[in-house]
Order: sequence, then structure tokens, then C-alpha cells
Amino acid sequence: MTNSCGHSHQDGQTHNLRVDHLSVSYRRELVLEDIALHTKCGRCLALVGPNGAGKSTLLKAISGLVKRRSGTITWGGKDSLKCRDGEFAYLPQHDEVNWNFPITVRGVVEMGRYPQLGAFKKFGAEDHAAVQHALELMEMDGHLARRQISELSGGQKQRAFIARAVAQQAHVMLLDEPFTGLDREHSANLSRLLRSLAAENRLVIASHHDLATLTEIFDDALILNREVIASGTCADVVNEENLNRAFTRNVNE
Amino acid sequence: MNDTLDIITMPFFRRALVAAALIGFTNGFVSGFVLLRRSALSLGALAHTMLPGIVLVVLITGALTQAGAFFGALLAALMVGLGSIMVSRGNKIPQGTALAIFYTTAFALGVVMLDYVATGEDLEGWLFGSILSVGDADLKVFFGIAAITLLGSSLFMRPLLLTLFEPSVAVVQGVPVKAVNYFLFTLMIMALMASFQAVGAVLSIGLLVVPGAIVAMYTNNTQWLFWGGGLVGAIGAVAAVILSVPLNVPTGPAIVIVLGGLFMLAYLTSPSQGLIKHFRKRRNTEKISHTTQN
Repeated sequence: MTNSCGHSHQDGQTHNLRVDHLSVSYRRELVLEDIALHTKCGRCLALVGPNGAGKSTLLKAISGLVKRRSGTITWGGKDSLKCRDGEFAYLPQHDEVNWNFPITVRGVVEMGRYPQLGAFKKFGAEDHAAVQHALELMEMDGHLARRQISELSGGQKQRAFIARAVAQQAHVMLLDEPFTGLDREHSANLSRLLRSLAAENRLVIASHHDLATLTEIFDDALILNREVIASGTCADVVNEENLNRAFTRNVNE
Repeated sequence: MNDTLDIITMPFFRRALVAAALIGFTNGFVSGFVLLRRSALSLGALAHTMLPGIVLVVLITGALTQAGAFFGALLAALMVGLGSIMVSRGNKIPQGTALAIFYTTAFALGVVMLDYVATGEDLEGWLFGSILSVGDADLKVFFGIAAITLLGSSLFMRPLLLTLFEPSVAVVQGVPVKAVNYFLFTLMIMALMASFQAVGAVLSIGLLVVPGAIVAMYTNNTQWLFWGGGLVGAIGAVAAVILSVPLNVPTGPAIVIVLGGLFMLAYLTSPSQGLIKHFRKRRNTEKISHTTQN
């Protein structure tokens, strides 16, 4: 796989994601202020904070979906806006999906192969294998793969969309509340998947609100509430003091 | 009956049938996109908006050409679309309301302006279509629109579907979502332009919405939504034009009535939604409860 960012997760090099002095505002209201985040591939990083803390916005900013008011975001030294070649896979909270879209689970997961295929290339054996592998990882192969997405439960929908992100084989996974709707068994399965993605030298960044499982799944945490409260390894920063500061701070100050 | 045959074989009527097939197919094909995009309501507003744009171009240039009409319609549609977004931004008026204000005002202006360009009969043609008066040049334009729609959307089907399904993910994957949306917008405007001629400004949205909805009752396959929609649109429009002769009804409304009737039929017989399925299900559960009682 070649792309303009010029590297893949398998070349053994380390790639850094650097967010510096990032501020984002919606309608004049500052939702992220002077954010700094430095991490690299092979890590599994959680964004932690109360509702409205700006976790989703930070993921969107890294994806290039919201305008920065100020600051820089670079991946491997390149502006993240120039990494529109499949380097980033993004899992949003699916409020804009038309659930009546006539498409099967397999069809959704096949959409993950767009960066490799573009508009015109034929869907090949390699693509088929990647899709099948992603479906199996999320336990969506077999009869579930042939289901229409309109017929799925909330958890099954979420698994289908995670499978799409996995099928993309991206270097950076940006996941907005990936555990939403999953039962205990599938949550455990997803935890293992995130660990193995990091072990494959990918970078996983996910917003996460379950403090009980936080330190088992993630290496690092960025605790935020509009601004960074604490940032570092889970062992260093996930403690009562930091969490209290994040979760009790008045957002309207 | 012989009268009907006589009329149907006349050159003007043959042109009307070809036009109905081309326009019906184009609109039916694009109706799949309208359905997936959930944009029927705003397109209805757009269709009404196009009238004053076209009339204004006719007023300025003194003649009605397809190119002039297209740019007039596009300009008006853009002005109303962008205007409604501007007004609703940061204000207390939702965009739907803003759109309704803009398009009804624009349409009313168009009707007033029509007085300056059209006589009574023309006026009816503008509002409710005049497919029986299409010429050979018009047919070429309809053919061109159908060809561009088919080629363009077949070629770019993958980015189109990704954009329609989840635009934010598509952006990150590298789909040129903005360009795709402009392309979709252009397809829809061209389809509306074509159906202006067939069913007029007031009813054009029907032709651009109903065929896809009919096919959606029967299929879970995205490709079928487009091709099936095209087929249903073409067959429905041609059948309506023919039926309008013995029934002695205006062709524009006839097309929309036939499509509306087909939709009701599809709804009732649909294997996934319809009434028939509902009854069959109920009978089955009754049977089961009957046998368990024994």
C-alpha cells in the first residue's frame, strides 16, 4: 500500500501524532482550548471526560472534519488534513446514517475498502479477504453478514461499523465511543481487538467513558474538559484527583 | 378506440412518447438518490424555485432556450438554497421554515412574472407541463440528460453511495464529498429541468420521488433502486401519456396520478411492508394459536 503520507504500519518505523495549541469553536463558543496531545503508533489512547468535554470534537479535529480555530495537527510530520488517503479510519457516533439504506452488513464493511479501490478499481481477492477477516473479528460473518442494516440491533450495528473501520486497514484508528451498545462478551472481544491493533503498530485513539475498564484496555489517557486536565500513561494520570477535576469542573466558566 | 390509435401514431404523439420514456427514466433513476439522501422535501421546494429563475431568463433574453432555462433554474435554486441556510444560521428560524418562506415567495414572483411572458395556455404548460408539444431539439436534450445521468452515476457509483451513506466517514476515507454533492445536485436539477417539460413546475417533484419509493418496496439492492426506478419511471410515464388520450385528461397530471397509483399498489403488495403481508402474518399466527389450542 502506498500513499502520500508515505508509510504503512508495517515498515517498522515510528510515526508521531502531534496536536499542538489546538483550539476549536462552534458558533463562537470555545469547545477545545489549547489542546496538546503527543502520541505515536503502537499506542492505545483513551480520551476521557464528561459529556460535552470535547472528546468527539477532538476526534473530528484530528480527522479534519471540523475547522481549527488555531493550532496544528500533524501525523508523521504532515498536516493531518493531507492524510485523506486511508491513513485514518474514523468511527463516528452514527447520527447521520440513513438506517433505511438498502445495504447488507457485508456491503457496509466493503465500503471500508474505498481508500484502496478509489472510484474505479475492481474489488479484488485482497479486498474480499480484508472484509471477511474484519467480519470474523467482529463475529459478524455467516448469516449476520447478509442481513440488512435496518434489521440489526444497536450493538450489531456498532459491530458492523467497527468492522468497516477494521477492513480499511488504516494506520490510525479514531473511534468515537466504540463500546456503545455492546454487551459484555462483545466488549471483551473489542478490547482484545484494540490491543491487537496497537500490537500491529497501529495507533488507536478512542473516546471512552467506562472508567472501570479504562486501564485494562488503554496504555495512555488524555483527560480533558475543554482543556487538557492530564495527559500521560494510564498508570500516571488516571487517579481520583484528575478525574474529579475533569468531572466536576463547571463547563460554563 | 380508433381515435386513440389514430392519435398515438401521429408524429407529435410519438415524440411525446419518446420524451416520456426518456424523462421518466432519468427521473426514476435519480429518484433512488433522492430517496437515499432523504431530500424529497427540499427538492420539492427547489422545483418551485426554478420557475421564477427560468421566467426571468426568458424575460431578459426574450427567448426560451434549454441552456438559458438551465442556468436560470440553477441560479434561482442556489439563491434560495443558500439564502435559507444563511437566514437559519444562528437565528431562531429553522432551515425548513426559511426554505418554505423563500420558495413560496420565489414561486409567487414567478407566477406574477409569467403574466409578462406567457398567454393563458402557455401558463398552464409552465405550471403543469406540455409534453405533447416537444420538438425534435427537445428530444435531443432529454436524451443528453438521460445519457449524462446514466454514465455519470454509473461511473461514480462508489463515491456516490459512500457520500450518501455516511459523509463524515467518506471524507476521512478520501472521497471528494463536496464534489460528489455538487454532482448530485446537478443531476437532480437536470432531472427536474426535464420533468418541467413533462409535468410542469408544480408536479415535477412527483416524477423525481415516486419511482424510487415504488422500487424500494420490493428490493433491498441499491443498484436495483436506480435501474428499477428508471424502468418504473419510464413505463409509468409512457403508459400515462397513452392512457391520457382515451380518458381525455391532461398528460402532466396523468403521469403523476399513474405513478401515485403504482405506489399504492406497491405498498399494498410489498413483501416487506404491505397490507397483504400484514394479513398473511395475522392468519399464520391465528393458525398457530388454533393448532396449539387443539
